[in-house]
Amino acid sequence: MITFILRKLGVLLPTFFGVTLIAFVFIRLLPGDPVLLMAGERGMTEERHARLMKEFGFDRPILVQYGSYLKQIAGGDLGKSIITRRPVIEEFMTLFPATAELSLCAIFLAVLFGLPAGIIAAVRRGSVFDHTVMGTALTGYSMPIFWWGLLLIILFSGILRWTPVSGRISLLFFFEPVTGFMLIDSLLSGEKGAFLSAVRHMILPSIVLSTIPMAVIARQTRSAMLEVLGEDYVRTAKAKGLGPGRVIGLHALRNALIPVVTVIGLQVGVLFAGAILTETIFSWPGIGKWMVDSISRRDYPSVQGGLLLIAAIVMSVNLFVDLLYGLINPQIRHTD
Amino acid sequence: MTDTVAENTEKLDTRQGGRIALLKEFWSYFTENRGAVMGLIFFIAVILVAIFADVLAPHAPNQQYRDAFLQPPFWEEGGSTAFILGTDAVGRDILSRLIHGSRYSLFIGCIVVSIALSVGILLGVTAGYFRGRVDTIIMRLMDIFLAFPSLLLALVLVAILGPSLTNAMIAIAIVQQPHYVRLTRAAVMSEMSRDYVTAARVIGVKRLRLMFVTILPNCMAPLIVQAALSFSSAILDAAALGFLGLGAQPPTPEWGTMLAEAREFILRAWWVVTFPGLAILTTVVAINLMGDGLRDALDPKLKRS
Repeated sequence: MITFILRKLGVLLPTFFGVTLIAFVFIRLLPGDPVLLMAGERGMTEERHARLMKEFGFDRPILVQYGSYLKQIAGGDLGKSIITRRPVIEEFMTLFPATAELSLCAIFLAVLFGLPAGIIAAVRRGSVFDHTVMGTALTGYSMPIFWWGLLLIILFSGILRWTPVSGRISLLFFFEPVTGFMLIDSLLSGEKGAFLSAVRHMILPSIVLSTIPMAVIARQTRSAMLEVLGEDYVRTAKAKGLGPGRVIGLHALRNALIPVVTVIGLQVGVLFAGAILTETIFSWPGIGKWMVDSISRRDYPSVQGGLLLIAAIVMSVNLFVDLLYGLINPQIRHTD
Repeated sequence: MTDTVAENTEKLDTRQGGRIALLKEFWSYFTENRGAVMGLIFFIAVILVAIFADVLAPHAPNQQYRDAFLQPPFWEEGGSTAFILGTDAVGRDILSRLIHGSRYSLFIGCIVVSIALSVGILLGVTAGYFRGRVDTIIMRLMDIFLAFPSLLLALVLVAILGPSLTNAMIAIAIVQQPHYVRLTRAAVMSEMSRDYVTAARVIGVKRLRLMFVTILPNCMAPLIVQAALSFSSAILDAAALGFLGLGAQPPTPEWGTMLAEAREFILRAWWVVTFPGLAILTTVVAINLMGDGLRDALDPKLKRS
């Protein structure tokens, strides 16, 4: 197992260096030099420009600059936002819980509905239920989720007036964040109605964000289950006279879950991409909206830092899934 | 002896040879999947709409009718048959804009898939053929691209290149091509150990010819399926970029851009939001149905011999 972990890390580290290189190159590929970008619309005198270039080290050779950039990020310094003047890492950490909470709720919904739907569709292959699940999954998979979000707003916020349009909680409530997760914080605050308000704000965004992962999980579970159900050991289990619940739940599902777990893990990247759109539609104060806003405000240090941190998170989760996969399936560990 | 040979030849002659037989076999597998056929019919219809947009559209896509702002579709109260699907906030006919928008979506799909496919094949064949250091370098490079969520990388690339439809297409193609590289490489690697490759080497086939003429055609099945699927995701991603204001710019009747313009009217005029999204959804569903059918027809593992 240790060699397996080391091998995975051996692949990951060069990739991470590559990611830092992209983040480093990004700000230098933009039209104009970094100091002009930091100055933004205000502009500056030539003398001040030259001084700042020297001060930030932009006049040094590019490799030296990259070296000091690596040193800087190793020390946890990702630069400062041009707009708010706060360290990028601080901004990221403040907003990250909002995205994490939304993503966790979305993946929870996706598994809650996607997994059983896939299992039942496989067991009742060819039935009306199977066709309905597969049709719905295809639609979900093809859904432009920004449009889906707008439709839900029209129906539930506009016509039925059941859910709020934007934000994480009603403006009537204010309390200091403890965990950063609004659902937990609102419970901790003890304010009456706060939790309910947080839940109502969470419903639509998490449905929108869960759409694609749910479709992918349902499809993957169905095909994994179909494969397993045709195996000899399932027939043996049936022949032994075990009930369908035991055959499907214990013998088939446990083996079918291996590829499904991987697919769930790989949804992290999909969730981040989805969060960009979902958060924009619902004005959800998370990382996705922050990245879009930073790009449109030309706040490049924030974009650069965010890019690096998001890639690091995606890579870590993928590594975790890989290791988990190796743990539950020894074949992978030894043959890969 | 001679008799048997003659018999055999006769038997073989009754079978159709070469490409036509393959195509026929492919078509019979493809048509077994009813969804795929429906997808194909819808896709052809979209192509026809795009080609004959100028004839089919009742109005010019950017023509503004100042007496018809936010007019509802004809079956709603206040609607008229002059604007079947209603008008948008500046009085443009939504149906005509959708019809013209189909051109952009198909164009985006074609360009993105062509760029991603050709670059992906080139890198993938190189990596799979040469292996060793070349392979490692190419694959690590692809891993770096894959570490970023696709839409985020596309967003950042557009931020560098500047927001426009062309740049959005380039960005999406760059984001998509690692998948082609991986697929091509895997397919080439599995072909490399086949006898026909060894035979070709023995008779002295030159390297480039071996790579692209001998091996590549045998790796096309997964690439064709991937091309169909990435055609649809290109349309979705371009619409998403358009929606975020980083793709096609107004007044282009691109479907995602139309949605972005319609956003502020969602609670007042449902039709300006509903129809462009429906156009994206149905087109993407049709292409994905086709992709599923292609996979069933081309995947030798699923073929019942």
